[in-house]
Amino acid sequence: MGMTMTQKILAKAAGLDKVEAGQLIEAKLDLVLGNDITAPVAITEFEKAGFTQVFNKDKIAIVLDHYTPCKDIKSAQLCKQAREFAHKHQLTNFFDVGQMGVEHALLPEKGLAAPGELIIGADSHTCTYGALGAFSTGVGSTDMAAGMATGLLWFKVPSAVKVTLKGKLQPHVSGKDVILHLIGEIGVDGALYQSLEFAGEGVASLTMDDRFTISNMAIEAGGKNGIFPVDEKTMEYINGRVSRPCEAFAADPDAVYSREVVIDLDKLEPTVALPHLPENTKVVSEVAGTPINQVIIGSCTNGRIGDLRIAAAIMKGKKVASNVRCVIIPATQEITLQAMKEGLIETFIQAGAAVSTPTCGPCLGGHMGVMAEGERTVSTTNRNFVGRMGHTTSEIILASPAVAAASAIAGCVADPRA
Amino acid sequence: MKVYKYGANVDTDVIIPARHLNDPSPEALASHCMEDIDADFASTVQAGDIIVAGPNFGCGSSREHAPLSIKSCKVKCIIAPSFARIFYRNAINIGLPIVECPQAAEEIQAGDQVEVDFVTGVITDATQGKTWQAAPFPEFIDGIIKSGGLLNSLKERGVAK
Repeated sequence: MGMTMTQKILAKAAGLDKVEAGQLIEAKLDLVLGNDITAPVAITEFEKAGFTQVFNKDKIAIVLDHYTPCKDIKSAQLCKQAREFAHKHQLTNFFDVGQMGVEHALLPEKGLAAPGELIIGADSHTCTYGALGAFSTGVGSTDMAAGMATGLLWFKVPSAVKVTLKGKLQPHVSGKDVILHLIGEIGVDGALYQSLEFAGEGVASLTMDDRFTISNMAIEAGGKNGIFPVDEKTMEYINGRVSRPCEAFAADPDAVYSREVVIDLDKLEPTVALPHLPENTKVVSEVAGTPINQVIIGSCTNGRIGDLRIAAAIMKGKKVASNVRCVIIPATQEITLQAMKEGLIETFIQAGAAVSTPTCGPCLGGHMGVMAEGERTVSTTNRNFVGRMGHTTSEIILASPAVAAASAIAGCVADPRA
Repeated sequence: MKVYKYGANVDTDVIIPARHLNDPSPEALASHCMEDIDADFASTVQAGDIIVAGPNFGCGSSREHAPLSIKSCKVKCIIAPSFARIFYRNAINIGLPIVECPQAAEEIQAGDQVEVDFVTGVITDATQGKTWQAAPFPEFIDGIIKSGGLLNSLKERGVAK
C-alpha cells in the first residue's frame, strides 16, 4: 500500500521509511511560526517551563500581523513581549511593523516555505504552504513553545481526501470559488483529522495565488493540511526566493484515500458562503442583490497581488456605491509596492475605497473594519462565524475578490459576470 | 456536576471572541468564556461542571485561548462526538480533559448530573440513570496527559534546554 504526499513528507521528517494513517509520530520541524496573538502565550509557556534556548534561531518566525499596527494598549503589550523574546533569542525571522505582512502571504514571499518541508504555525491558516508542496499545519501555542524548544512535535499521520481537479477556470472564477465549492460539498468537518490532497490535470491551470487561497482554507473543511503537487509553476515561484535544497514529493500511484471528490473547473461558478458557516455555499447569482454595508478585500486568503489585480480590473473607472464602505488591504509590503507600480492602489482610491497597510485586522474583528449591530460585509476572508467580524448580529458573506469588487460597486451582492 | 449543552461546530470565535484575545490572562479569558454563544455561561459555571456538545467542537482558529478559557472556568471536561483537530491537540497539551463519545454527547441533556471516570472512560448520567463507555486515549497521548501537559512531558524526557 502506497503513501500519500503528506504521509511521505511526514515519514521523512520522522526518519521512517513508511508511515500509515493513524500512526503517532514525532517529526523534525523545518519552521515554527507564531503571531502577535499566539506567540506571547507560547513565550509565556516556554519561559514558565524553564526553557532557556531555542532549537534554531533561523527556524522560528514571529510575525506581528493580527492587531498591528497596535490597536490598543493590551495588544501593544503582547507585541512588546514578542519583540523582546525575538531580540533576546536573536531570531532571524522576526517581522515587525514596516517589514511584516499577513503571515501566510509573507512567509512564502520571503522564501521561508519550500516543497517537502514540515512547517507548524500557531495559526490555523498555516496550512497555506501546502500550495508549495510543503506539509504545513496549524497548532496551538503550547505546540509552538515545544517546537521552539526542541524542533520536534508529535503528529497523528492523517488519511487523505483526494480532490481531483478537471478542466480550467472560467473568467471571473478563481481559487476562492474552488475552495468554497469544495467546503460546500464536504462540509466544515468533511476533512476532519485528514489531508486534502489536490490532483488532476486541472491543477496546472491554477496560478500560485489560486493555490495559496485553496490550501489556506483547507482548515475550513476541518483539514489538517491541503497540499498541491509540485510543478513548473511551483518551481518558478520559489526560484529566487528559496536557495536551500528542497525535495518535491509525489503521492504513490497506489496511495489509499478515504474518499475522492472531483471538481470540474469548467463548470464552476462564482460561489459565496452565507452566514454563519463556510459550508453554507450558494452560487452568487442565487443571492445577487442582497443588501450589504461593507466590503473587505485582503487577508491571508485573498490579499495577494493576483487578487488585487482582479479587484482593480473590476473597479477601474467606477465608484464604490454610496451605501458601502470598501477596505482593501494588500497582504504584504512587497504586494503593496507592486500594486502601487501597477496603478492598482490609485484605482482603488479613486474608486473611493480605503487602502490599508498590511494587517489581519478586520478578518477577526480586530480593527480596520469592525461591524456594528445588524450590518453585513462581503469579505474575501475565510470565516463567517457568529461575531467573527464584530457585533454578534452582524453577518459575513465569504467571496472571491471578483465578487467582492463587483459587490462594492453595485452596493449589494453582485455577480462579477453580470 | 451539571451539564451545559451546545450544538455542532462550536467555533473558537464563540468560545472566546477575538476582541478579548488582547488579554490572555486566565482570569480575563474565563470572564468572557462562551460569551457569544451563551452570555450566562461565565457567570453561572461552577468548578467541576461539564460541557457537552455536537461534532467538530472547537473548529476555526488555532487560538489556545479557547481551551484555556474553558480550563480557567474550572470545567471538568468536554464530551463531544468529535473535536476539531487543533482544539484536540491544544486541550491535551494544556491538560484540559476531552472525551469523544457520540452516544453520550447525543443523549446527555443540559442540566443533567454527570460524572466522568478518566481512568475507565465510563461516563455516568445520574439524572437519566445511564452510562456510556468512551474510547480510551492512545498510550502516547495518555502519557502527555499523565505528565501534566506537553511541556512537562518534554522536560521529563530531557529533550529541551
